[in-house]
Amino acid sequence: MADIALQNVTKEFPGGTFALDDLSLDVPDGEFLILVGPSGCGKTTALRLIAGLEKPTSGQIRIGERLVNGVSPRDRDIAMVFQNYALYPHMTVYRNLAFGLKERRTPKREIDRRVREISTVLSLDELLKRRPAQLSGGQRQRVAMGRALVREPKVFLLDEPLSNLDAKLRVQMRAELKRLHQKLGITTVYVTHDQVEAMTLADRIVVMSAGKALQIGPPQEVFRRPANIFVAGFIGSPAMNLIRGRASGGQVSAGELSFRRDGVPDGDVVVGLRPESLTPLHGDHRSGPADRPSGPGDRPSGPGGLPSLELDVDLVEPLGESALVHGTVAGTVVRSGAEEEKEILVGASSRAPVTAIFTAADQPKSGERVRIGIEPGRIYLFDSQTGQAIP
Amino acid sequence: MIIQPSTDAPGADIPTADAARLPRPTARERDAAFLFSRWHLVLIPIAIAMLIPMVWMLVTSLETLNQTRHFPPELLPHSVRVRNYTDVLRDAPFARWFVNTMIVTVVTVAGNLLFCSLAGYAFARIKFFGREVVFILILATLMIPFQVVMIPTFLIVRDLGMINTLGALIVPNLAGAFGIFLLRQFFRTLPVELEEAARIDGASRLGVLFKIVLPLSGPALATLTVITFLWTWNDFLWPLITIYTPNNMTLQLGLTTFQGTHQISTNLLMAANVMSMLPVLLLFFLAQRFFIRGIATTGLKG
Repeated sequence: MADIALQNVTKEFPGGTFALDDLSLDVPDGEFLILVGPSGCGKTTALRLIAGLEKPTSGQIRIGERLVNGVSPRDRDIAMVFQNYALYPHMTVYRNLAFGLKERRTPKREIDRRVREISTVLSLDELLKRRPAQLSGGQRQRVAMGRALVREPKVFLLDEPLSNLDAKLRVQMRAELKRLHQKLGITTVYVTHDQVEAMTLADRIVVMSAGKALQIGPPQEVFRRPANIFVAGFIGSPAMNLIRGRASGGQVSAGELSFRRDGVPDGDVVVGLRPESLTPLHGDHRSGPADRPSGPGDRPSGPGGLPSLELDVDLVEPLGESALVHGTVAGTVVRSGAEEEKEILVGASSRAPVTAIFTAADQPKSGERVRIGIEPGRIYLFDSQTGQAIP
Repeated sequence: MIIQPSTDAPGADIPTADAARLPRPTARERDAAFLFSRWHLVLIPIAIAMLIPMVWMLVTSLETLNQTRHFPPELLPHSVRVRNYTDVLRDAPFARWFVNTMIVTVVTVAGNLLFCSLAGYAFARIKFFGREVVFILILATLMIPFQVVMIPTFLIVRDLGMINTLGALIVPNLAGAFGIFLLRQFFRTLPVELEEAARIDGASRLGVLFKIVLPLSGPALATLTVITFLWTWNDFLWPLITIYTPNNMTLQLGLTTFQGTHQISTNLLMAANVMSMLPVLLLFFLAQRFFIRGIATTGLKG
């Protein structure tokens, strides 16, 4: 067991691209840390630096007490699971599992004991004589995990280990991974672009973008208090709705939405609304186009004085218990920079697209207009210049 | 270039193409009309044309000298004189030549497999200063004809004191640009994660090469084996200028002596030829599966 520390680590690739830009990170002993971010954010590079497969341009990497900058991968006492598993195709499962131990000149009897032990833990007993080509995706994944765990490494590195599995198996293996970590307590660094994996598995997550760590913290903390607009847009599914707004004298307005927030400096802001926080306002919340409220003096606020908006529903996706309601509101959308497909999200509309989650009972039909409200305390504010959160 | 729409292309499955395709029989259906692929109509005559000289050689090797002088040649032997073969073995140090050739070929093939693997792996995976330049220089040697380097190589070998020894035939050919190129291209197609996984598992660079990379490179190694074997076994010019005692000759060189000392005993020469061809034929039969796959793989991914 060991902790990991990265100090001001920079990795520059030939051609001047910075895969990592002054990254500092501490992973305490036994922690499950997840590096999450869109593709190209440097998370895999960070993992490969810890593994020793790449050398940092500058900065220090420690595993335990030891500075490992110049230490070769095999002497770092780490194990890694690759995205495509990288099982040795010419060896049986048994030899795949035994390879690392053999290379370390472990006595034969000890190798056999440990291979049998780990194959029991991962239910691979039946497969020991097979070759990787004869295994299913989930089985290969378990062999890859077994090959890493059988060496009882100090540090366990996983590079998107679940991304090649189908959705159902992924959920299953996710739980399996968490159980395994709770049982073994090995310091784990896990890379994923899937924020659901990040939220469910991690003790702490590191949200990365362009080679920098934007926020480090427990998943709930990052979800509740995103440090900036990128994290806000990245963590949470569906993503947080972001609308351009203005603050003046403690009064914030964005499109139709208007509410008080003391201590907000005057100027342009970005207003963030989590889809989960948006609720349909009851009463006559379903209205046709004819009786749409109009007039500048008629600032809409729902029952109980909740700040509210009118949503033109254009698509409803029922999810069983709840439903995703997509539509547009008056206002201008703001990009967080974390969108996977920027073109689709922005669209050509002069209105801002908004997604809300309603309970199935409240589910509107597409084409309807719905008045939605939100608790003022659950509205996020960001500086429109720096993107940083305004507390 | 005219691109023929192929019914086997993956895109042909899209629904719009379906209607247009229906009336036409697919390639497989058309093939079913013959008992064999239509390609065989072309390949069989070519194969026959290639086989005739071999049959002629075999027939000649079984005849008396007078019978061989028929013109036009006949493809059925007038006699079956197995004595020709025993005569060859008696009159010339044929066994000695055979052993010499075997030693030279086996050592050269082994050397090529080892050294070309090492060099090819370095060029494929290890980053070092000037890698690309050195690799291009090595490749460039492929374009220099042997006749150009023949004399300098001779001088070097002479200075090493190896003229008229088997060493003269082995040492200059232990590694070659072709083998380095072939293996480098093949190694680059292997997933690099396998090697990274092995390094993390504790293997050294050489361990990665010998335990992971080479076991996965069967087709390329088989190709290199066959090509080097053929080239070395059949080499004539280099043995001709470096070897002059009959005892140190290789088969190809030895065969020419039949034309001098035995006044062109065509029947004996052909008997010797048949015997010298056997190992090559045997190797081809054993390795052809790998050979074809190896060429195909290097062609596609190189």
